Amino acid sequence: MKLIMDLFLTFVKIGLFTFGGGYAMISMVENSCVERKKWITHDEMMAAVTIAESTPGPIAINAATFVGFRTAGMAGAIAATIGVVLPSFIIIYIISMFLDNFMELTIIANAFKGIKLAVGLLILQAGLNMARHIKRNALTYSIMAFGFASMLLIDIFSLKFSSIALMLMAAAVSLAAFFIKGGDGK
Amino acid sequence: MIYLDLLIGFFKVGCFSFGGAYGAIPLIRDIVLAYGWLTDEELTYMIAVSESTPGSIMVNIATYVGSAKAGLPGSLLATFAVVLPAFLIILLLTAVLKKTMNNKYVQALLDGLKPCIIGIILAVGIYMVIEHCAANGAADIRALLISAILGALMLLLPKLTGKKLSPIMLILISAVMGAVVYSI
Repeated sequence: MKLIMDLFLTFVKIGLFTFGGGYAMISMVENSCVERKKWITHDEMMAAVTIAESTPGPIAINAATFVGFRTAGMAGAIAATIGVVLPSFIIIYIISMFLDNFMELTIIANAFKGIKLAVGLLILQAGLNMARHIKRNALTYSIMAFGFASMLLIDIFSLKFSSIALMLMAAAVSLAAFFIKGGDGK
Repeated sequence: MIYLDLLIGFFKVGCFSFGGAYGAIPLIRDIVLAYGWLTDEELTYMIAVSESTPGSIMVNIATYVGSAKAGLPGSLLATFAVVLPAFLIILLLTAVLKKTMNNKYVQALLDGLKPCIIGIILAVGIYMVIEHCAANGAADIRALLISAILGALMLLLPKLTGKKLSPIMLILISAVMGAVVYSI
């Protein structure tokens, strides 16, 4: 029980100080869970980050679940995951009650017009960074072009077609190609 | 039934959100617009708010939308739904299927999923930049100016200083520029 509580509090702290999310928190987990508490080894930590990168969900959640489970089983996984989410939940819940009035100020509204531009560029940058790390072959390039062209059309013509459907189609095509090639991967 | 919608909508976000904070935004945008939970404007506000508060953007947006649409129960439910897929997948991978990530079928699936997601992210990024710079067919000179400066900062600063400009810094700079340029 003491361990569960310790996990919970450690991840509350991590959740409270991970601004902007993602990779900044890896060093915090490394510092508290590997170096100080010795719950997991550095290698396990790196393995967890690799897994986090190819599975959906924020890295913070993935890391919390992983460390929690390794340290104290299911109860640990639950305690750590709730812990890492709790601080931002409370903060955003409070903010959600005040946001509307805040936006009525002209200068704030203008600032957000600028932010909107930054967000578009950040999304573009995220896409370009990811594109650098995929396998390079005809199939992945075609699928990428397919996803790009379809999504652009969906956006331009406001089509009612979900991006999830596109992803599922791409996954199905890739799996089919894998079997056609004989199922040996290359 | 708003509770069920929140649960399903954010579960979907949680299942398909690869690629970190900004990589996940196209999917979040798709879903919150489809359900009519947020406008493009409100989503931008939330991204900015998320950047200046702790926690991941995806979880923050779930909490906010849940709260705005259905109060405390809604925000608990949406947050739970968005976290659940990541929680279950990691649990499965560490507890039962240690070898699954190296499994060739899983790899074949991911090999199709990832390029498609990247294509979608690039399309949404380009669409958003163009849409904001040319609202209603007419070019917005102010937006073009701000975008050009931001783009130049993102490209040149890492080369000059060797350090990447963090998203939060970029958003701060863009906020100041927006407040100044649009108020003139």
